[in-house]
Amino acid sequence: MSRTPYEWEDRLVALLLRHAAEGEAIHEKLARLVDILEAEEKALGRVTGKAPEKEGEQRYDHRLIEQHIPDGASVLDLGCGAGTLLSRLIQAKRVRGQGVEIDSAKVLECVANGVPVFQTNLDHGLGMFPDQSFDFVVLEKTVQTLNRPLPVLQEMVRVGKQGIVTFPNFGHWQMRLDLALNGRMPVTRAFPYEWYESPNIRPLTLNDFDACVQCQGMRIVEGHAVVGNTVRPLELDDNLFAEEVMLIIEKAA
Amino acid sequence: MLDVNWARTVFPPGALDDPTSVGLTSAHTVTLADESSPFRLDTGEFIAPVDVEYETYGTLSAARDNVVLVVHALSGDAHVAGWDYDAIQTGRKWRLRKPGWWDTVVGPGKPLDTRKFFVICANVLGSCYGTTGPGSPHPRTGKPYGLSFPMVTVGDWVNLQARLLDHLGIERILAVVGGSLGGQQVIEWMMAYPDRVEKAIVLAASAKLSAQGLAFNAVGRQTIMSDPNFNGGNYYGGPVPAQGLSAARMLAHITYLSDAAMDMKFGRRYRNKTKPDFDFGIEFEVESYLAYQGQSFVERFDANSYLYITRAMDYYDAAERWGGGNLVEACSRVTADTMVVSFSSDWLYPPAQCRELAAAFCQCGKPVTYIEVPSSYGHDAFLVETEIVGKLLADFLAREPKR
Repeated sequence: MSRTPYEWEDRLVALLLRHAAEGEAIHEKLARLVDILEAEEKALGRVTGKAPEKEGEQRYDHRLIEQHIPDGASVLDLGCGAGTLLSRLIQAKRVRGQGVEIDSAKVLECVANGVPVFQTNLDHGLGMFPDQSFDFVVLEKTVQTLNRPLPVLQEMVRVGKQGIVTFPNFGHWQMRLDLALNGRMPVTRAFPYEWYESPNIRPLTLNDFDACVQCQGMRIVEGHAVVGNTVRPLELDDNLFAEEVMLIIEKAA
Repeated sequence: MLDVNWARTVFPPGALDDPTSVGLTSAHTVTLADESSPFRLDTGEFIAPVDVEYETYGTLSAARDNVVLVVHALSGDAHVAGWDYDAIQTGRKWRLRKPGWWDTVVGPGKPLDTRKFFVICANVLGSCYGTTGPGSPHPRTGKPYGLSFPMVTVGDWVNLQARLLDHLGIERILAVVGGSLGGQQVIEWMMAYPDRVEKAIVLAASAKLSAQGLAFNAVGRQTIMSDPNFNGGNYYGGPVPAQGLSAARMLAHITYLSDAAMDMKFGRRYRNKTKPDFDFGIEFEVESYLAYQGQSFVERFDANSYLYITRAMDYYDAAERWGGGNLVEACSRVTADTMVVSFSSDWLYPPAQCRELAAAFCQCGKPVTYIEVPSSYGHDAFLVETEIVGKLLADFLAREPKR
């Protein structure tokens, strides 16, 4: 049984109508809040309900990563899936690419896509890669699925000069409202799974990540946010407005 | 000229009409070393003459750049695919019932597509399928070498294959592919001749055999050498050490399967009965299977060759040969695009050991593909899981060479 994203608005109205007396006041306040948040987001470039990329177009996050990576660089992609990003980087940027993937079916796709791939479980470590042996280590929409994310983050900045991490931001306002008002785990475009089938076993917010890298002896050197249909440099209130983020991390000096 | 009409009468019905088969094959034999140019072995000894039996499938391109070298495993031969036209003449009658050992993978439209690739396979030195071995005549006495045959190594095999390519006018090969002991030859190829190999595919093999693997080989050889007919290896012309060779093969077969595979295939079922006979005959299905494997092996293999080839398998250690004991050092020689494939239930060359080889590539900063195929077929999986292995081979070979 799947839920439609954002149905909390209808549920909320129903709830408030049942408690009509004081509900109307709350309803008005909340509706006002939603209006404000949506207006803010529109001002930030949001067009509701539309995915950041169309079918067949290059994924926005791939585009962003590609922009960041210079020609001829070396790239290790952790949880590389079918190798789409690396395949693109190998062709367009002549990078020395290496993928790491756990899933047998995806590993076969990597071979078909001409991407070198090492089948292993990220939670078992990256001991086979020497210190600073890649320019970039990419962890794309994977950190929230790991059993033990901290050792993987540590390995990223050990093996690579820079780490590139992308993840859906659980701090986005729709997520917050959905949980607060519906009392159920949010199901949204960025988190499209029910709790029992979700691979996202460790949902996290942008601020969580920020705090975490700091106490892990790393720092965020650059960040981008997906806000609705646009991708733009990270801003102060993006813990509330970013649906997804892309962050460049390094070992703190 | 091959007499196809005659061939139709000896091979299974329809066998020669399969459009995905390479059809009738006939091996070549070439003398690659004689008294004037003896072949130097790893031990420092020289051997001459050296004949090599090999087969080829497909057509060599004008640029000579479409060669796929297939290397065979312990009990394998040069007959990779198709139906051996000479099976009766050479006394290899089992080939009348079965096509080559990798017929599922080599042929027109198959993963090693003979419409595209020129596939070569040579029988290894010390074997018993046309290449010089312990059953060949000693040049001085004219009698079979027996145990006076020199010790040969995986390195010798690969050097001899390189000499075969020289003879065929082939400088560089598109790919070298093999499983098990064949996989170890692939490893040797990419380290010994980095300039001659574009792609290397290692199936179910690691850079060295484990202590457990050494132990199985030791028991196998003991059973052969303690057979009353063994006679120090001088049994040619008389009764052969059939019991010993058969038992060695039975033991080896256990290592090619897995607990789960045996359970699936035989379980504890009795052979053609529901109750035991309470004797030491063949009671269980699994006993019957192993006995059959042992007996049919005796028909087609030479006990001395078994000793020499398992010894070569024991000695092989890629790290020792090319990296002073350091596998990373050894791998740093390699320039080929490399793919290592292991199989989850393989306990002869377990995934962890295959993975170590692939990890050594990562250690020296080389891209590598390492895959652990989920399979319950044990070591045999590299021959049984043809769908996945075939797809991997075809896809990996289709990849643009880096050059």
